[in-house]
Amino acid sequence: MRFKKLSLEQKNRYYGLYFILPWFVGFLFLFMIPLLSSFRYSLSNLQVTNEGFSLKFIGLSNYREALLSHESYVRILTESVMNIAVNTPLIIIFSLFFAVLLNQKFRGRVLARAIFFLPVILASGIIASIENGDLMQSVVRSANDSTGGGLSVMKNLELTVMLVESGVNITFVEYLTGAVSRIYEIVSHSGVQILIFLAGLQSISPSLYEAAKIEGSTGYEAFWKITFPMISPLILTNLVYTIIDSFISDDTSRLVVDTAFKSFDFGLSAAMAWMYFAVIALVLWITTSIVSRKVFYQD
Amino acid sequence: MKTENAMQQRQAREERMHRIASTAYWVEFAKKWLWVVVRFVLIFGISFVIIYPILLKLSIAFKSMDDLYDSTVIWVPKAFTLDNFKLVFKAMNYPRVLLNTLFLSSAVMLLQTITCVLAGYGFARVKFKGSGLLFGAVIFTILVPANTIMIPLYLNFKNFDLFGVIELISGKPFNLINSYWPFIISAILGMGVKTGLYVYIFRQFFKGIPREIEEAAYVDGAGYFSTFSRVILPNAIPSMVTVMLFSFVWQWNDSFFTNMYLNEPKIMSSMMASSGYAIATYLSGGEQAATASYVQDPFFMSMMMNTSVLMAILPLIILYVFVQRHFVESVERSGLVG
Repeated sequence: MRFKKLSLEQKNRYYGLYFILPWFVGFLFLFMIPLLSSFRYSLSNLQVTNEGFSLKFIGLSNYREALLSHESYVRILTESVMNIAVNTPLIIIFSLFFAVLLNQKFRGRVLARAIFFLPVILASGIIASIENGDLMQSVVRSANDSTGGGLSVMKNLELTVMLVESGVNITFVEYLTGAVSRIYEIVSHSGVQILIFLAGLQSISPSLYEAAKIEGSTGYEAFWKITFPMISPLILTNLVYTIIDSFISDDTSRLVVDTAFKSFDFGLSAAMAWMYFAVIALVLWITTSIVSRKVFYQD
Repeated sequence: MKTENAMQQRQAREERMHRIASTAYWVEFAKKWLWVVVRFVLIFGISFVIIYPILLKLSIAFKSMDDLYDSTVIWVPKAFTLDNFKLVFKAMNYPRVLLNTLFLSSAVMLLQTITCVLAGYGFARVKFKGSGLLFGAVIFTILVPANTIMIPLYLNFKNFDLFGVIELISGKPFNLINSYWPFIISAILGMGVKTGLYVYIFRQFFKGIPREIEEAAYVDGAGYFSTFSRVILPNAIPSMVTVMLFSFVWQWNDSFFTNMYLNEPKIMSSMMASSGYAIATYLSGGEQAATASYVQDPFFMSMMMNTSVLMAILPLIILYVFVQRHFVESVERSGLVG
């Protein structure tokens, strides 16, 4: 016999492939092939006709157009990357902090959690984009500011002056106060991250804290020596999630969509999307390679 | 006996008095309460920041035209009115849009969950050369932004064909744009909104289930597929609930694919993007000549926008009130972590 009879276990291993099959078909036809043809489109001039579309190979000129002669692509792309660089650390720190808070026992915890996860539902996609440019809300907001809400703006200024005078680096101060004024943006993007962190905090065994307490550690020490290392793999997860999440709704992807479906320049749009993807991949690669060195794995 | 008790009590009381008198006790006490107060302020403040836009929308939605121009009205309108709701209800064709959205979101939710649960189980159990690479492909689908593959997908669905079979039968490929088929097909094949994430969640979960459970089932004579459906699947219900919730909500809110595949605003999220336009056409085309002049008024349009956004998220909020406990608990149990 040339073919050995497979043992039950070996056979079962291959049954697993049937389970993956639907996903794999989708991966092939709705992901891999579109990905490759998108790359092909980015190198050619695509004309949509009645019977479909026609392709004409034009080399790198789409890329050249996006980088050198498009009026806003480079600016918007750098802005998006800057936004990601500025917001991601804030979101991670904020969500970790509040996950720790929400993990403590206090009255009304259920309600507080329910409110904190509302952004998971509400602040995705279209709703957020409508909110930004809304006239009526800004009117009410400014009315609020003039009647008494203005206090917060004043405070912010005073805080800035105080921090600068006490010798803190001015860019850092601006970053901090900028974070305070963008609090809604940050809160609305950290719903899922809080959820993930909270789940991670629940899975840390309480006996670790007990042992630390017997050894006489304070809560502060326990956080840095137990909570932080135990949760560090999730910091990596959340970092990746935050960066990916910011793709969906930023200006660059809007520009890419508009170029495709408003000016019907499919080739240019594909080129833009590919360059965007390359930049994002680079950012992801750099951050994960830095952070994963510090991550602590228990096993 | 009695005297002993009394002695003990007195001793305890003295000890307590002694403790209260010491400074260390008071420092501890103050520290504890300070933390409670700080925590309350922080949580209350951020909760307010989160709820604020919803409150604002509520307040705006109940305002009438007079309140809009009354500078003394900021939060509470003088005359509560449901006119805005009625108008949006008619202009947006609300019941039909709601039904459409419910249908699409639930269909996508079910199909996606089934495909992802299967794929996740497969990835957790299958082991051969290159299976790691295959799972790397899942991560890759999460990482690639959707707009990179947007154009080929669009053209695919515009000229939909199965290896030329359809063209052979009906003469030309189907145009699936502006129907629900692109969503259904992507859901069945596990390539919808953020589907890679769901596969990842399920795979992590199934990795945590010991193989011994399956082996016990095999010994008892169950086949591979019946083991999956009768032993493994019931265990996976918590993580399935998580994935279903996420998939429902994200499909409901998704504007990227809905705007791409649907030309007409049939679905809540694409309806919202064009609700201003829809209301304007409704008002100027309808018989209400008196209100037609309002269309030019940006304040009025903004009020309508706010009302329509509120009405679009209202079903989600109602749903959330009922399932939010599962939302938190299920993520904790689902093995998203680990």
